[in-house]
Amino acid sequence: MTPRVFIGAGAGFAGDRSDAGGPVVDALAKADGPRFLIYETLAERTLALCQLERRKDAGRGYSPALERMLSPVLARCLEGGVKIVGNFGAANPPAAGKRIAEIATSLGLRAPRIAVVEGDDLTGRMSKAELAARETDGNLLVQARDIISANLYLGARPIADALDQGPDIVVTGRVADSALALGPLLHVFGWRADDWDRLAAGTLAGHLLECAAQITGGYFADPGYKDVPGLAEVGYPIAEVDADGDIVITKPSGTGGIVNRLTVIEQLLYEIHDPAAYLAPDVVLDLNPVEVAEIGKDRVRVFGARGKPAPETLKATVCIDGGVLGEAEISYAGPNAAARAQLAAEIIVARLRQRAPALKVRVDAMGATSVLGASDRLPDLSAPANDIRLRFAAQSADAAQIEMLLDEVEALYCAGPAGGAGVRRHVTPRLASASCLIERRYAEPRVTLLGAAA
Amino acid sequence: MTRRVRLQDIANARAGDKGNRLNIALVCRDPKDYAAIATQVTAERVAQIFAARKPTRVVRYDLPKLAAFNFVLDDVLEGGVNASLGLDGHGKSLSFMLLDMPVDVAARAQAPT
Repeated sequence: MTPRVFIGAGAGFAGDRSDAGGPVVDALAKADGPRFLIYETLAERTLALCQLERRKDAGRGYSPALERMLSPVLARCLEGGVKIVGNFGAANPPAAGKRIAEIATSLGLRAPRIAVVEGDDLTGRMSKAELAARETDGNLLVQARDIISANLYLGARPIADALDQGPDIVVTGRVADSALALGPLLHVFGWRADDWDRLAAGTLAGHLLECAAQITGGYFADPGYKDVPGLAEVGYPIAEVDADGDIVITKPSGTGGIVNRLTVIEQLLYEIHDPAAYLAPDVVLDLNPVEVAEIGKDRVRVFGARGKPAPETLKATVCIDGGVLGEAEISYAGPNAAARAQLAAEIIVARLRQRAPALKVRVDAMGATSVLGASDRLPDLSAPANDIRLRFAAQSADAAQIEMLLDEVEALYCAGPAGGAGVRRHVTPRLASASCLIERRYAEPRVTLLGAAA
Repeated sequence: MTRRVRLQDIANARAGDKGNRLNIALVCRDPKDYAAIATQVTAERVAQIFAARKPTRVVRYDLPKLAAFNFVLDDVLEGGVNASLGLDGHGKSLSFMLLDMPVDVAARAQAPT
């Protein structure tokens, strides 16, 4: 039997469950072959916020999800020979490495060998004008005052190089999500840099895993049409990949969820544009020849990916200040609720027309049980609703204008229609992001081994 | 013999975003329905369904080996997750706007219950 590499997904985004990695680690520890647990925790916004945090404190700026995700699995990974690869580094991969070492110490574990991948951060290396000249689909950067973050998507090679040094954990900043899986495969199988079909297969494995539960029944269930057993305890996926790039997607036994042709194809096409050209740093993946076959319970084989030479440029995401988003909500319920809600919306529009004429305000009306429900039972969604919750939203570089909107909504309590209830107000700083295509010479990946005590 | 069903009865859909661009993957539950869906769920029809969001371009990519289609709709997310004033800046709910479309299929096709 050809050797297989086992790659499990511990999280598909920073807000993901932190207890899902456990069953994946338990399954991986029993697997007969090299095994890896990957974590994707880096949204565009997360990275920019981390960069701001690093500016304030040079010891911070790594993913806020690091501690929550790794603490429950670190001991079992070190015991079971499961290597962890994650982009927890965000804006400060060395600080993430140090933090992981501290977590291991605090848990009484042996000192893990930690490899840190850097070189994705372009701030300080490219000016705003240089980035602006490379922006695709827009001209946000020309008008921007200040760049908050600018990060290239590194490929799988630096991750493979890091694994070649024998660490227990590889922590990166921005890498292509799929590289989290392709890196371990390059490390184990030694695929050549121009072995396009295998690189494509490894990229596909990473793409299938990168949103974790989205291939095992998450983002899928539609009761009566697409039922998923045990969704509350959905198992996160494991990919078994052989030296030719043949993939089997499965999940830990005893977990909820489902892996079948349909869950796999939905994820295969998730966030895809032209299926013939899925651009990754290491290869261009062609999904057209890919086939999917159910080969057992919760086991789906995915094969046939073809690759084309890697793009000449690398994608980078650049974040700039996007002002603030303000949101305020108020409810009207019971008889004539719709008319009272309508009146409230008209009052806000009229008030702002006078006081903030340039502010664009969106109004949503939602309704099932926003205020007439109860705290000791689930809402009865089969009953007709007469409970409307208005939401007002606006965005501005001028925070005072946003506060004015929120104040106007709150003032509806006393000065608006009868029965206005449950005002909530939120202000969220916003980031705007631009995509750039950057020449490869700007990528300077480097690997550092920390805590080489063991 | 054909009968009219809702797309939700015979196909799966999943929405994803990149900036201000939305993709919706549409997968036939029974590959036998591929031809009927290919004929009826055209890029033009999908552009009509999402007309209120003013797409600047709608492209359908066909994946016959998967009995699936990929629709790409440009500029329909009010600027995307970082700019939209709406709650669903990702467009994650929009797959169900497509699934509401009526289609005619061979009479054998049954909605799962």
